[in-house]
Amino acid sequence: MSQFIQQVINGLSLGSIYALIALGYTMVYGVLKLINFAHSEVFMVGAYSGFYAATFLGIDALDQSGQSFPLYLALVVLIVAMLVSATLGMTIERLAYRPLRNAPRLTPLITAIGMSLLLQNLGMLIFTPNPRRYPPILREVRFDFGGVIVTNIKLTIFAVAMALMVGLWFLVNRTWTGRAMRAVSMNLDAARLMGIDPDRTIGKTFAIGSALAAAGGILFGLDQITINPTMGTLTGLKAFVAAVLGGIGNIPGAALGGLLIGLSEQLVAGYISPDYRDAITFLILIVILILRPEGILGVVRQEKV
Amino acid sequence: MTRWLVRVAVSTAVVAGIYGIGAGVEATMIEYVQRIVLIAGINVILAVGLGLINGTTGQFSIGHAGFMAIGAYTAAFTGVQLAPALSGLAGAGALSEAVTFNLALLAGAVMAGVAGLLVGIPSLRLKGDYLAIVTLGFGEIIRLLFNNTQALGAATGYFGNDPSGLPPYTSFFWVYLWVVVIVLVIRNITFSQTGRSLTAIREDEIAAEAMATPTTRLKVTAFSISAATAGIAGGLFAHMQSGIRPEDFKFEKSIDMIVMIIIGGLGSITGAIIGGIFLAVTLELMRDLQEWRLILYALLLVVIMIVRPQGLLGTRELSLAMFARKKAPSKP
Repeated sequence: MSQFIQQVINGLSLGSIYALIALGYTMVYGVLKLINFAHSEVFMVGAYSGFYAATFLGIDALDQSGQSFPLYLALVVLIVAMLVSATLGMTIERLAYRPLRNAPRLTPLITAIGMSLLLQNLGMLIFTPNPRRYPPILREVRFDFGGVIVTNIKLTIFAVAMALMVGLWFLVNRTWTGRAMRAVSMNLDAARLMGIDPDRTIGKTFAIGSALAAAGGILFGLDQITINPTMGTLTGLKAFVAAVLGGIGNIPGAALGGLLIGLSEQLVAGYISPDYRDAITFLILIVILILRPEGILGVVRQEKV
Repeated sequence: MTRWLVRVAVSTAVVAGIYGIGAGVEATMIEYVQRIVLIAGINVILAVGLGLINGTTGQFSIGHAGFMAIGAYTAAFTGVQLAPALSGLAGAGALSEAVTFNLALLAGAVMAGVAGLLVGIPSLRLKGDYLAIVTLGFGEIIRLLFNNTQALGAATGYFGNDPSGLPPYTSFFWVYLWVVVIVLVIRNITFSQTGRSLTAIREDEIAAEAMATPTTRLKVTAFSISAATAGIAGGLFAHMQSGIRPEDFKFEKSIDMIVMIIIGGLGSITGAIIGGIFLAVTLELMRDLQEWRLILYALLLVVIMIVRPQGLLGTRELSLAMFARKKAPSKP
């Protein structure tokens, strides 16, 4: 029983990282109907921005002298990474997707694959392909609850992810920006007629989604200890499956899907075999496409010619 | 009756021609250049096959390396198992080798085609870009599977039972005979009624459905055929070297194929042929720029999509008539 609770806790912590990334996929899909393959690289760049920001703020010296990293500096690292990724996300949209706004559906998809490849390989060139040890922004503290080990890192990951998702909920449902985003995702032309600037709104959507991915990147680094330039591919794929599982284009769905994917991955790794932890995501994707392609929280939208 | 005779005569001439050119190539060119020529042929098969689904049908597969891997492993394994039985039956020699090789290639094609069906049915039932994401996952999973299958050599690769590795069946003759066969098959599909239905699906799936086009069935069929051609290319590739490794079929391989058809033009068979040859040559020229190669490809993809999204040729076909009349013939 304690093993089960342990796996659930680990799964929820991993799943909240997937959820943060999945939100970016689902928001962009909502407004542009585009699978933004470059999102997984925005996530990777976010993790590296956090890495360099922490190094710049002198985490290595603090670590060697045995001191822990001050909390306010950890917050600075998070904000810097989110800003870098938000800028990157908006730049990608501006350079690669905006010129193709009226192109056939396949064209932006290929561009997205190209952007993803480009960023990943630039990452290999700039960051070198070697895995890097992630700086200990948080010092690990273990709590033992009768055999169930909970670290402060897992708790922080879950808490930060939840806080960001609640923030996003307020942004989308309680602000004018959020209202504009929802309007554009429902009908771009009608939104334009109502005085909404779709380009600005789409830009903001990319910025918000990318910032969330950056937060996911830092949390991923904390959780997995090492990062490398190809870390985005598999994690991004899982996050996308999470978005499809919850219902693509649906924001609460992405959060739910992320948690479910994290849970199932951890349970498979714990009870069946760690070799199958990546395969289960793929299996879930196939099953959801057969049984309920609109996702758990998605609604079927009638397509019109 | 006379048409039938003409066809036999033309086919015989083509086969003899390939054989003759092959003999010439093998006699005059150094091995390094010969290898590039073979790779160019395999690329053409890959590009023309992928073009059927990505170009003509407009459904994007980004994991075709997975089908190539299935074809390569199946063909290599079947070849190794069949060779002793067939040489016992017909005596060791060119004939039994040829039969073994082609049976192995066909086995690879069938396995890849079946895998295409299994991947295609759940993902192509739906509209949208699900095929892209499913094939991306599939390509990776297949590679992991071969990486962990001990019977097929796991991560070190499959080298057959012979210490010298897999038999080097692949020659100019067989590669280009298969190029001709596959280009003809894909051409006949593309310019048939089925091909028009596929184009209709690309242009507007809902409208095609309204015209009573069985969209799901056609998409799955096209995808499965495309996967089978990748399987043949995989089999030819496997018998070109002493062994195959899972890392030969990484995601980069799928990207190479996409670059081939995008350079040539989405939906153009001659474009795919040009793209395949172009890539075989540039890959050799860029051998020294390992880490820059993918950066250049990625930039090429993005820039072509923004500047000329239809690719070099678009959906047009290159033909001799085009040069004679200085005007592209309208698509039949």
